[in-house]
Amino acid sequence: MSLESAATTAAPVARPNAPPKMQGDKVGVFYGEKQALFDVDLKIEQFNVTSLIGPSGCGKSTFLRSLNRMNDTIDGCRVVGKITLDKDDIYDPSIDVVELRARVGMVFQKPNPFPKSIYENVAYGPKIHGIARNKADLDEIVHSSLRRAGLWNEVKDRLNEPGTGLSGGQQQRLCIARAIATKPEVLLMDEPCSALDPIATAVIEELIDELRENFTIVIVTHSMQQAARVSQKTAFFHLGKLIEEGKTEDIFTNPRNKQTQDYITGRIG
Amino acid sequence: MTDAALPHAAVDTAAPAKRDFGLKRRHAAEFRFRLYGIVAIVIGLGFLAILLVSIVSKGYTAFVQTSITVPVEFSASIIDKDNERATNPRVLVSANYPIVARNAVAKALGVSIDDKAAMRDIAKFVSDGSRSTLREIVLADPSVIGTTRNVTLLAAADIDSANKGQIDLTVPQDKRKVSDQQVAWLDQLKQQGAISTPFNWGLLTFGASSRPETAGLGVALVGSLYMMAIVLLCALPIGVAASIYLEEFAKKNRFTDFIEVNINNLAAVPSIVYGLLGLAVFINFFGMPRSAPIVGGLVLTLMTLPTIIIATRAALRAVPPSIRSAALGIGASRMQMVFDHVLPLATPGILTGTIIGLARALGETAPLLLIGMVAFVADRPTSPLDPATALPVQIYMWANEAERAFVERTQGAVLVLLIFLALMNIAAILLRRRFERRW
Amino acid sequence: MSAGWVVAIVLAIGAIAYFFSAQRARVQRDASDRSKEVPHSLPTYHGWLSFIFATVPALLVFLALSAVSSAILESRVRTEVSAHLSDTSAASLSIGIVHNVSSALNRLDLSGANVPTSYAALRDMAKSSGIVLADSGEDYMLPLAASVNADAAVHKLIGQGLTLLLSLAGAAFAYSRIRLRLRARNEVERVVLWSLLAASTVAILTTVGIVLSMLSETVHFFSEVNPLNFFFGTVWDPRFAAAGSGGTEGQFGLIPLLAGTLYIAFVSMLFAVPVGLMAAVYMGEYASSKVRSTVKPLLELLAGIPTIVYGIFAVVTLGPFFRDLSAALAGGFAFIQAQSVLTAGIVMGVMLIPVVSSLSDDVITAVPRAMRDGSLALGATRSETIRKVILPAALPGIVGALLLTASRAIGETMIVVLAAGVAARINFNPFEAMTTITVKIVNQLTGDLEFNSPQTLVAFALGLTLFALTLAMNVYALYIVRKYREQYE
Repeated sequence: MSLESAATTAAPVARPNAPPKMQGDKVGVFYGEKQALFDVDLKIEQFNVTSLIGPSGCGKSTFLRSLNRMNDTIDGCRVVGKITLDKDDIYDPSIDVVELRARVGMVFQKPNPFPKSIYENVAYGPKIHGIARNKADLDEIVHSSLRRAGLWNEVKDRLNEPGTGLSGGQQQRLCIARAIATKPEVLLMDEPCSALDPIATAVIEELIDELRENFTIVIVTHSMQQAARVSQKTAFFHLGKLIEEGKTEDIFTNPRNKQTQDYITGRIG
Repeated sequence: MTDAALPHAAVDTAAPAKRDFGLKRRHAAEFRFRLYGIVAIVIGLGFLAILLVSIVSKGYTAFVQTSITVPVEFSASIIDKDNERATNPRVLVSANYPIVARNAVAKALGVSIDDKAAMRDIAKFVSDGSRSTLREIVLADPSVIGTTRNVTLLAAADIDSANKGQIDLTVPQDKRKVSDQQVAWLDQLKQQGAISTPFNWGLLTFGASSRPETAGLGVALVGSLYMMAIVLLCALPIGVAASIYLEEFAKKNRFTDFIEVNINNLAAVPSIVYGLLGLAVFINFFGMPRSAPIVGGLVLTLMTLPTIIIATRAALRAVPPSIRSAALGIGASRMQMVFDHVLPLATPGILTGTIIGLARALGETAPLLLIGMVAFVADRPTSPLDPATALPVQIYMWANEAERAFVERTQGAVLVLLIFLALMNIAAILLRRRFERRW
Repeated sequence: MSAGWVVAIVLAIGAIAYFFSAQRARVQRDASDRSKEVPHSLPTYHGWLSFIFATVPALLVFLALSAVSSAILESRVRTEVSAHLSDTSAASLSIGIVHNVSSALNRLDLSGANVPTSYAALRDMAKSSGIVLADSGEDYMLPLAASVNADAAVHKLIGQGLTLLLSLAGAAFAYSRIRLRLRARNEVERVVLWSLLAASTVAILTTVGIVLSMLSETVHFFSEVNPLNFFFGTVWDPRFAAAGSGGTEGQFGLIPLLAGTLYIAFVSMLFAVPVGLMAAVYMGEYASSKVRSTVKPLLELLAGIPTIVYGIFAVVTLGPFFRDLSAALAGGFAFIQAQSVLTAGIVMGVMLIPVVSSLSDDVITAVPRAMRDGSLALGATRSETIRKVILPAALPGIVGALLLTASRAIGETMIVVLAAGVAARINFNPFEAMTTITVKIVNQLTGDLEFNSPQTLVAFALGLTLFALTLAMNVYALYIVRKYREQYE
């Protein structure tokens, strides 16, 4: 399968005139003395899937993690420039990082369910954020999150069994259910399918496309086919710099930059 | 060797000469080396075996106690000769019960109570602890006075030893503590079925006493229990809190480095130094009471803290980082991440470390000697502020007593201590087996 | 009202504040519109925040005021007592009597005009109520004690009143602050974080406590005994002078104790190092996993046995055995004493076997597999690989491990107390008794002693010496081991 055809035929059309949900303005990230990301300007449009691609170590995960300040957890990590969520600077001292992460949720590369029951996994977020007012409310949130993550039919009879007992693909959908249970506005996904087999990957990709109805999604992926299949916008990173960004079909069919072209045709990476 | 080392004259077509690598010598060296290893292990295990066998063989007899069951006549003429117990109940407390006991044994042996010399020997036959045994019977039910009933009395320590066969009867009579007459009486009572050797509950319940047969670990066990409770209540929360701070929150800087170096060194400070600390700070500076379990508990807390911190930090570190990211990723604060997810997962490891730290504290003696736990305490303490001793300190005190029966009790007490430690370690192992999680 | 009641009332105020604040936050949350304004913290966090405001400042102030009050009263007693005394050395005794009089007045419920005028009269009154007072009290102490009691009562009233007021104020303030967007969780978590930090400083406080307490007592000791005589004296004879008689100053020479300590530690290492090291090597390199899984825990049992048990073993079994053995060998004369360097050293060595073997096991397994494989591939036998490659590579680590073991041996107390004897002498016959620093610390501090005499203070000087010695060894050993680990990481 050629990349061009995948991009043109499978990629859903971007929504016209989607307003930017998040915006990075000259974002740079330092680990100690070492600069890992340089002057990234990127708009994340609402209710679109934006994929970040590029070779290993290009800074795409670093950028993703700076969108909900998961970088704060690394000692010596420093972010410069400005990232806004609905015009609020998320690095402003008045922002509570916990509230930010409730609005910008994250799904990780390796499925990481808590070693608790399936129900508790999904209910944890709503509990700590006080989203549910009572038990019935909480049940409803858990059930609908599992349904939207496409997991409900598989687990509805065993909600009290440990989440770690599920298969890899199911675990990752559980993590997605857990992330959407807090009703975030933006969902960050850090290579969510890299630990999964092709069938589970297909299920997740389908899910991402459905979630686009209600969530703004940013996904880091190693697979260019995946970027082409699921995203409307694509940004290409290389050596810590944002090389090119634009509509997915443009990036894959008509890259303006030589490095982008080299990457998508497999010459670097 | 030198010849074979010069093979240059060999013909090309011939098979290469078998070279001598000194294999025989080298294999012999290999064999010897292995042997040294085996010998080392045998020495280690041998000493373990000798240690345990010597303790058990010398100590197991302390768990039974020779007792004499005889009909005792609660004679009113001895207990309350002026018949004034209705007006002055104190006569029943101060009555001469040893005479009652002595007369009862004499009667059972068929010895006349007028035979003064024989009566003196009989007086040494029964433990002086019969005083409290008989007093309790009378105080509980004064109507027993004037009647006769069967009572089980403790035999004196020397008679106990003789009954257990620990006294060498070939030694001339005047050089041993039990006379031939007493041995004959013992046999006579045995034939009457009056001698029994029941389980020695007194070893676990009595307080300090100068007579071996009425000396027990009661006070020491209560004291040790108080101290363990204090260690658990203080060291566990402080240790866990400190570990959480160092492992989950502290940034790497000179201050946390300093704390870390401190903890590692405290773990290696000789325990006796903690005793000096307790004496100088808790007793002299804060004016806490000497010999009290509260001071002992605090000293042991400080001593156990490094152990618990090191174990807790290892347990926290074993929780995979993905759990932490998962919690943070859905907007849990760091505090919620720690208390909702990391800490529950680390709990088995923390508890295992705590039990092992407690076991070490239970066997620790030296610091307690310095804060006055070497004390003769007859009554069980009712609060951690009362004077008490501790299990290992009681062993130390008994070890300094010369009497044969105290040697037996010392070993018995060592056995009790080892049984407690074994139970704690088994609990730790079971906990680890049951909850061990592989990530 | 006692201090316990004050604490209980403050906690009760805190609990009530918790309940009402959580309730208020819940009401505000339910009345709010999530789409306009999202509540920041769960109601329970608002509750906890109010609890903290109601309790923490109040209890801290309570503690501080109690300390200030007792300091004020103490200094007052001190100045008045020394005004009545010509000899200041007796001041501490008189101050103690004044305190006893104060508590006696309290227990007899005497104040103001009821206080008797003569000390003897008070003593009799106290005696009839079962309170014992010292003979040497004087009349001036009575009014002083009474007025101290009166002041203490006033201080107490002020302190308790302030505490309760502060608690109520804190609760009211926290309650009034409750808003939808109040960052209650962050504030509660900050308090929790500070308490976690405080817990981790206990380790520092312990070290500081050890050093300061021993240092101050040691300085006290050196004011009476010349440090040179302590550090370089070769005679240990701290005669217990009868209290007050003076003149008979003992001799406090460290050298014989240090010699005994090092000698016994040396003997124990001589026994433990070859056995422990060979056991570790055998289990790491030769033993099948089945043998290892049974032998290793068994050897570690030796580490779990309390040292008092080793001491009893030495004194009851091994010591008499050596004595009888030597008597049998020498035809009647027991040239090995029941308490001897040999007995103590061997028993301590047994205790150290698992220490040596587990420390060196760690060190040996840190040697990279590649080194071992390289040597074996050249055709070296296993023992050659171990002796020529692994042990030399592990040498720095093993030296560190041995230093740690030696510091354990030097600080060990119960084995030597029971098995080494109390004779302080310099002697190199291992069959005779010697004594150690730790034994003398125990000797000097057990029993009823006058605390400020050099005979007891010397224990702290010995303790400080021991602490410094083991600390230096541990720090150096940990440094070596860390360096060694980094080399192979």
